[in-house]
Amino acid sequence: MVDAIVIPLVKIVVVLNATLVAVTYMVLLERKVIAWAQSRLGPMRVGPYGILQPIADAVKLMIKEDITPNRADRWVFTAAPIISMVPALIVYAVIPFGPEISMFGRKVSLYITDINVGLLYVVSVASVGVYGIILAGYASNSKFPLLASLRASAQLISYEVAVTLTLVSVILMAGTLSMVGIVNAQYNQRVWFIFVQPLAFAFVLIGGLAETNRAPFDLPEAEQELTGGFHTEYSGMRFALFFLAEYANMIVVSSVVTTLFLGGWLRPFPNTTHLFGIIPLRPLDFVPSWIWFFLKSFAFLYLFIWVRATLPRYRYDQLMRLGWKVLIPLAIVNLVVTGIVKVLLL
Amino acid sequence: MTTPTIHHGAMFDTNELVLNMGPQHPSTHGVLRVVLRLDGEKVVDSDVVIGYLHRGIEKLSENRNWTQIVLLTDRMDYVAAATNNVGYCETVEKLLQLEVPRRARYVRTILCELQRIASHCLWIGTHAMDIGAMTVFLYAFRERELILDLFEEFCGARLTYNSMRIGGLPLDVPPGWPKKVLEFCDIMDSKVTEYEELLTHNRIWLERTKGIGVISGPEAIAIGLSGPPLRGSGIPKDVRKDEPYAAYDEMQFDVPIGANGDTYDRYLVRLEEFRQSLRIIRQATEGLPEGPIVGKVPRLIKPAAGETYHAIESPKGELGYFIVSDGKSTNPYRFRVRPPSFCNLQALRRLITGHLVADVVALIGSLDVVLGEVDR
Repeated sequence: MVDAIVIPLVKIVVVLNATLVAVTYMVLLERKVIAWAQSRLGPMRVGPYGILQPIADAVKLMIKEDITPNRADRWVFTAAPIISMVPALIVYAVIPFGPEISMFGRKVSLYITDINVGLLYVVSVASVGVYGIILAGYASNSKFPLLASLRASAQLISYEVAVTLTLVSVILMAGTLSMVGIVNAQYNQRVWFIFVQPLAFAFVLIGGLAETNRAPFDLPEAEQELTGGFHTEYSGMRFALFFLAEYANMIVVSSVVTTLFLGGWLRPFPNTTHLFGIIPLRPLDFVPSWIWFFLKSFAFLYLFIWVRATLPRYRYDQLMRLGWKVLIPLAIVNLVVTGIVKVLLL
Repeated sequence: MTTPTIHHGAMFDTNELVLNMGPQHPSTHGVLRVVLRLDGEKVVDSDVVIGYLHRGIEKLSENRNWTQIVLLTDRMDYVAAATNNVGYCETVEKLLQLEVPRRARYVRTILCELQRIASHCLWIGTHAMDIGAMTVFLYAFRERELILDLFEEFCGARLTYNSMRIGGLPLDVPPGWPKKVLEFCDIMDSKVTEYEELLTHNRIWLERTKGIGVISGPEAIAIGLSGPPLRGSGIPKDVRKDEPYAAYDEMQFDVPIGANGDTYDRYLVRLEEFRQSLRIIRQATEGLPEGPIVGKVPRLIKPAAGETYHAIESPKGELGYFIVSDGKSTNPYRFRVRPPSFCNLQALRRLITGHLVADVVALIGSLDVVLGEVDR
């Protein structure tokens, strides 16, 4: 009973809450990091160094008037933010934060579940999220959001193909779709997949930026062109849901990239006791596995923010060109080469 | 009632989308309104609507006396107020046939060039922001702040300076000010390189600006462009060189020109102007002559009947004043400004046709218009 119901429920509650807190603090982190990049201070007023800013933001957004435009499609308008938030949260079900550990005399796994089609689940659920954006643009009955939602759907289609094709080469390496299985494969092969699949890593990173609508691919919400894009007509908590979904998706992408390419919870040089036969690596084992996972994911989140502070934005047609003419062919080449090498060498 | 068009064999009817951009829009640089007719995201046609910031400065000026008008000129191109002041004062001086002391002309040159850098800082910031690079914006404003501090020390104001008087300057430069200007030049030199590192060779920046909004030299002249948009098309025309005013005849500087007339060339031209302006400021500050700061100005300014046109090179282009005096009253009979932004804005419709919505904001930024000057 305990193993079947209580422990999973506890895990779900913990992960859900941790995610929501992490997401709100991601917003603060982004504001702070961008501020530092731009020689500013960022939020400094609420709490010491602005650490309570997310709470103030949340309170403000919750007590704001929630406006539905008169000519909007009422139901779709309400459903859109939810459709975009929910997939971002349920993806966490298969993300492995660590291996099985013993806690209070029980064996507890640091993931909610491990299904044998884990990666497929991530890809398919994550792509549902964009429906939120498309529907928001359609339901707002306003021109700027409409253009934004067209951009979002075109962007999703082109990058989904490239990213999924690239992921196949990782699956070839691991021989499994299970997220835990992929990490274990990296343990058994004693190498992070970033070193055997560097191209795939780069494609997934670029595609990840594009799928989460982050700079330099933040076209659906290009503030300077579309005055806020798909969420132009949204206010209050519904706007906040879109906002949180974006950050939740960022965390998802960085967790997935960490799991697939950086060995998930594994320490550097997994399953090796001595580097070059000289340097002992045992001390690294004292760091708990989940800390490795969070460190790696954090590095990606930081990279995302850094990119946003640095790069200008792509144009719609250039984005399409990059997706269809560069990423997809290269992803196919990468897949074919991986297949040939795998068959010939192993 | 019109009958709806039926497309036989077509499942969906296709229509142009009319998109109203502005006057409340984050990147129309004030209150410009552009009505776009879109085919998908491609601009088929557009309508540029101005007038939302009209304050009647020209008409107001005809009811103020000659000295009061200096203050009104501040409010036209409000990011380059000192340049406007200089333009107006020189026009009246031409009308009065007044000799301006050399020191005053030197200080005017320094102020004009500082103002050019401040205006270009605002331009590079907002232009980069329109294309999505937001860090440049804050970097450029950081340096603009230094210039505003210099202006504050000189005349007490930070935006609308009222920093000129007919016949010279209201005040001499404060002690130690020239040294601070030179220090600023040293700081600015490295900062221009910093902007360049962020943008000039950035692949996304190149893709967003190269070949966007190309306008050829003859066409640019035909439309009446001036300033960096004209020079970006390869026409080496600069009022500072062609009809030197203030102390520009004594300064060594180059006029940078572009080759292709696209957004990228206009960007490069302005970037080089930063450097040339610094060069002029250094020369003028180091060679600042001693002497009086005001010429022999009559107590009551009342130019003889006549008219004159005088142009200077503002950061945006040729800023001209046409003033008619009737010789009887203490105010101009007719006061007319040729604002560079207004004339440069004529090119917008021609430039954006055939480009995408994202390019529209890039091109507005590339022309560097200030609506205060367009509408007056």
